[in-house]
Amino acid sequence: MIEVVSESRCVSCNQCVSVCPTNVFDRGDDGIPVIARQDECQTCFMCELYCPVDALYVAPDSEQLIGITEQEAERQGLLGGYREKVGWGKGRTPVASHDYMYQLSKFAKF
Amino acid sequence: MSDSAERRLTADVLVIGGGPAGAWAAWSAAANGAKVVLADKGFLGSSGATAPGGTNLLYLPPDEEMRKRAVEERMKQGGYLAEPSWIHRVLDQVYTNMELIEQWGYPFVRDENGTPMRDHLHGPEYMSIMRKVVKRAGVKVLDQSPALELLVDEFGVGGARGVSRQDNQTWEVRANAVVIATGGCAFLSNGLGCNVLTGDGYLMAGELGVELSGMEFTRKYAPSPAFGSNTRSRLLGWATYYDHTGQEIVAGRQGDFLAEALLKGPVYAIMNKADTPEKQAFLRKSHAIFFLPYDRAGIDVFNEPFPLTLRYEGTVRGTGGIRIVGDDCSTTVGGLFAAGDAATRERITGSASGGGAFNASWAICSGTWAGKGAAAYALSHRSSAAERELKPAGRYGLGTAPASSVVSSQELIKDIQSQVLPLDINYFRTERGLKLALRQLDEVWKRVNDQAPQNMLEQVRARETAAMTATARWMYTAALSRKESRSGGLHVLAEYPGQDDEQQYRLLVSGLEEIQVGAEKVPESGNDVLPTEAAAAPEGVQAG
Repeated sequence: MIEVVSESRCVSCNQCVSVCPTNVFDRGDDGIPVIARQDECQTCFMCELYCPVDALYVAPDSEQLIGITEQEAERQGLLGGYREKVGWGKGRTPVASHDYMYQLSKFAKF
Repeated sequence: MSDSAERRLTADVLVIGGGPAGAWAAWSAAANGAKVVLADKGFLGSSGATAPGGTNLLYLPPDEEMRKRAVEERMKQGGYLAEPSWIHRVLDQVYTNMELIEQWGYPFVRDENGTPMRDHLHGPEYMSIMRKVVKRAGVKVLDQSPALELLVDEFGVGGARGVSRQDNQTWEVRANAVVIATGGCAFLSNGLGCNVLTGDGYLMAGELGVELSGMEFTRKYAPSPAFGSNTRSRLLGWATYYDHTGQEIVAGRQGDFLAEALLKGPVYAIMNKADTPEKQAFLRKSHAIFFLPYDRAGIDVFNEPFPLTLRYEGTVRGTGGIRIVGDDCSTTVGGLFAAGDAATRERITGSASGGGAFNASWAICSGTWAGKGAAAYALSHRSSAAERELKPAGRYGLGTAPASSVVSSQELIKDIQSQVLPLDINYFRTERGLKLALRQLDEVWKRVNDQAPQNMLEQVRARETAAMTATARWMYTAALSRKESRSGGLHVLAEYPGQDDEQQYRLLVSGLEEIQVGAEKVPESGNDVLPTEAAAAPEGVQAG
């Protein structure tokens, strides 16, 4: 579930509010999105992908909260990790343009 | 809902749903000259089962022999309930549309010979491009705007009403043609991206008397981390499975071993068939989303056991849905079209799962055809839908409860899930088990109008609850009417273990209070088999 919105990183673009398929966030009065309906989070990681400044962290557990803090997520280098892996963000090459899937098919002989 | 919506729009075509099928439908309708509105419950680009993952496609070069073999293979797998001409249509259309999406900027990789490898799409990238294309085509997109009910008159459908949940506004879109592309129903089982898929379109269509087809072919679960949501399991091909004592579980026939083992206790996997650093690095690169939950949970999947579960996927990887009657994915109601997982996929998958390449390809093609058909239908009308005497068609879960008998949606959802998610009811299907479950679901149905939503979000949830209940009852009613176990494994009954040639027809269900069961023969099969009346409506199946 979504557990962290980093106030220090957030630029108040509210992309996460717009793109969340299950409407988990509300716009906050100060411009920083609020996790308003955490139990609606389906752990699809889409908000993280669309966050331009890596301010969000979706914990892997979809069944319960693990209670990770922003400091802990930052310390473990978790913020933005998924965007980097799929090559989303300025100056990166999207995973879609790599030949991994093609190689996998050859490798697996599917 | 109140009689006058706060936001009123008129278009030629309304597309309900913003996954791949809805996006292709909206683009196609606009490309064929229609003024189009697309309303999605979430966000066009991130909503649905496709966006967060990746998907393979039925992408075969136009080589006659190769395609003929693929079609023959599928016909057999699908228990001969599919139609060769529809599989060929899909192969043709996917090929065309993938050329288009490459022109639109999808960065397909090329092989050693310079041939683009267009047989896989990365979900986020794919749907981000589709959003741009749809908007560029002039489609008006309403995000975060779930449709709640259709509008009808004696000529058929004429639009829909819903809510824009982030603006706290009601909306009404009038359109002479409507494409339902709301996806399937996965009963809030927490599969990746699937919690928006609650059967909303089935209920909306069902309220107009439309039939659903193939709802018995819904016995589909996907492996997922027990703690997480990732139901994309291709890489588990490199896993070995263990029980809680560390004893290896030997993979058996048809994948039943996982379900059998889970009934006995926890199941763990280790990806130890990827036994070299090269293989491991390679798998990591090809499927970032697979590794994400494990990495974040601190589990080294190549060396450490991780707990697995099976999550129910209902009609998302099953094949049932709204019956379509025309090549343009039209239904039996004037102006109503269905695409993607909202429609039955039997015409291309028969009784086999459409999971993966088939459903993804179907979404592309059925969306394209439904959009074109809807545009043609709407543009042939002389009068605008704004001038029609339309009435809202919603009857269930719309918040009409008397204060005395109020029940919470949460409570009903728990009751639905307790009959639909358990492996011992829905995977190891027996006549007796399904009858008992259906009886419980009938009780839930009697209470769907006892929900009393207090705000817009609760209103959406109440309607979803009604849709899930209706879907579950249709599923089990159909399942009890198919007294056999057909190829593909999407429907079995323990009492009837074999495939029965006398049941090589499609089962149709319709109705909400009383569920009717009918059958239609498979076109192109040369087979005139239809059930006798008694067989199609077995005793004890009728609801109410």
